[in-house]
Amino acid sequence: MKTGDLVTTAAANTFRSKTRTILTVLAIFVGAFTLTLTNGLGTGINRFIDDTVSAIGSADVLTVTKTGTGAAASGEPQKYDPEAVSAANTNPGRPGATATVSALTDADISDLRALPGVAAVTPTKAVQIDYVQVDGGDRYVASASSLIGGQTPQLAAGSAPDGATDALQVAIPESLVGPLGFADAADAVGATLSIAVSDPVRTQHVISATITGVTEGAFASATALTTDPALEDALFAAQNTGVPADQLDRYASASVTLSSSTPQAVDEAKTALTDAGFTGQTVSDQLGTFKAVIDGIVLVLNAFAVIALLAASFGIVNTLLMSVQERTREIGLMKAMGMGSGRVFSLFSLEAVMLGLLGSLIGAVVAIGVGTAVSAQLGQTLFSDLPGLQLIAFDPLSILVTTVAIMAIAFLAGSLPAARGARADPVESLRYE
Amino acid sequence: MASEPPPPLLSVTDLHKSYGRGSARFDALRGVSLDIHRGESIAIVGKSGSGKSTLMHLLALMDAPSSGTVRLEGKDAATLRGRHLNRTRNKTFGFVFQQFFLTPSASVLENVVLPLKIAGVGRAERRRRGLAALAELDMQDKANNKATALSGGQKQRAVIARALVNDPRVIFADEPTGNLDSATGAVVEDILFRLNREHGITLIVVTHDDDLAARCDRRVQIRDGVIVAEERSAA
Repeated sequence: MKTGDLVTTAAANTFRSKTRTILTVLAIFVGAFTLTLTNGLGTGINRFIDDTVSAIGSADVLTVTKTGTGAAASGEPQKYDPEAVSAANTNPGRPGATATVSALTDADISDLRALPGVAAVTPTKAVQIDYVQVDGGDRYVASASSLIGGQTPQLAAGSAPDGATDALQVAIPESLVGPLGFADAADAVGATLSIAVSDPVRTQHVISATITGVTEGAFASATALTTDPALEDALFAAQNTGVPADQLDRYASASVTLSSSTPQAVDEAKTALTDAGFTGQTVSDQLGTFKAVIDGIVLVLNAFAVIALLAASFGIVNTLLMSVQERTREIGLMKAMGMGSGRVFSLFSLEAVMLGLLGSLIGAVVAIGVGTAVSAQLGQTLFSDLPGLQLIAFDPLSILVTTVAIMAIAFLAGSLPAARGARADPVESLRYE
Repeated sequence: MASEPPPPLLSVTDLHKSYGRGSARFDALRGVSLDIHRGESIAIVGKSGSGKSTLMHLLALMDAPSSGTVRLEGKDAATLRGRHLNRTRNKTFGFVFQQFFLTPSASVLENVVLPLKIAGVGRAERRRRGLAALAELDMQDKANNKATALSGGQKQRAVIARALVNDPRVIFADEPTGNLDSATGAVVEDILFRLNREHGITLIVVTHDDDLAARCDRRVQIRDGVIVAEERSAA
């Protein structure tokens, strides 16, 4: 029998006993539906994190800190470190992280520049903003984050601050548009923002900057301004008015831009940094914990889906055993007519695979429909604060992998009945006396 | 050498076949020798349990004897194995069974072309030859009917079309009229003997129906696994 005929015969045989086929396919459907949905959940959340990562910083930028002398979380008494600064001032920092790091000095910055694979080093100047204001309106609390090279913020209007000019430019988050007195995001672009900072002797300095764009709030703090380097320098200088010159060069962290962004280059740079007494982390490192947790949850959910599939596979075994039993005569006849045992095995295995294919396809289609509807609904209600988040997203590759995996499980389940069919003795099967 | 007659189509020598072991051992055949020539019609006659079905299975190469040899055109069938054996059976033999063994949910045409499908013949060719075989049996108008929708005689004619479709050299008919009333049975018998005459297909009928056996060129009486009588028609 030709392979093409084998496939069409198997497909036709699948629908011979419709009720039985439908029930078996339904069992597989439950597993396939769950598996597609949980995978979609993982894909959606991880894709959102990846998008946000590229908004926070590019892959070839490391946030470098000097490795601290003591464990911050330790309850034991610690020696005073005159160089220690609170990492709460570092930016971008992991939410909720409170760690103490040793400050980087200009000498450290020079050391960093000398390391192999390093293209540029920018010390992060931690700026504590008192308030922001537009045209004498209400004053609002805000924080500042500098634009790191290669960073692509998600913008609602306008453009990102241009890092190449000396003009003082800033992008404000979407959440501040209304409070600051603008009609909409586009209205804010081009306006002048007054930013106040305090120096160590509590004198407030107000600096004016042009608003070039409005950023979408996501993982980044809802009140974070995005500043260009010129504005950052101005704010930092104002904040440190009166500080002795030899105490000025204290940075909590620095951004190191690598000459290459391949994972290998990043790893080598990290090793070099560790050897030199620094700690380097990419933004994806910092978000890596999130992804690990999400992957873990998806894995557990997938395990449940696989248990459902295992149960379904016993359904396949049962269905095909009944089928082989019912068709003993037919198998005997085909063997008498010269059909080989291998082909009989293939025929029944293909019927099992066909059941798996049907179940997984229907499962995938329904899961995509339900998942898209649910995430659209949630995007408008529960997750409206997270623009760009599609909770359940579907990756063709992972759906293909799921389908193939389910077909493989179905094949394995079908091999026992198929082997029984292949072993059948034509003489025995055709006996009727 | 050229004057030597060709070997018989099927030839069995001192055939033994037993099932089971020890005290449960049952000897179905106990030394059967028989030659079947091309174009012959032969009836294997005997009661239930006489071993006639076992002999047919061995002749059709569906089973291997415990001892003795089966020769197909002088070639020892024991040397045929696996794929080769399957191919030989597919091309050489056609089967007509008392119980029809039609797949109920499939159409008549699909049932008829099953041997061609197994042989790997293309779809268009299968359809052409299937319809030709059905036409031979005046069944072409039933080609697309479901097999269950046929009467007993029509079913048996469909089965004969299936046996005929691959141009076999031998048709094995196991109680071909056992499930039919005598009028329909007579029609089916006529068809089988017409194929034997017109196409030169060797007909091997297994039956306990003496009237059917009487129409064959040769009758082999089998009892308790041995041939007890062999007679040839006067014609």
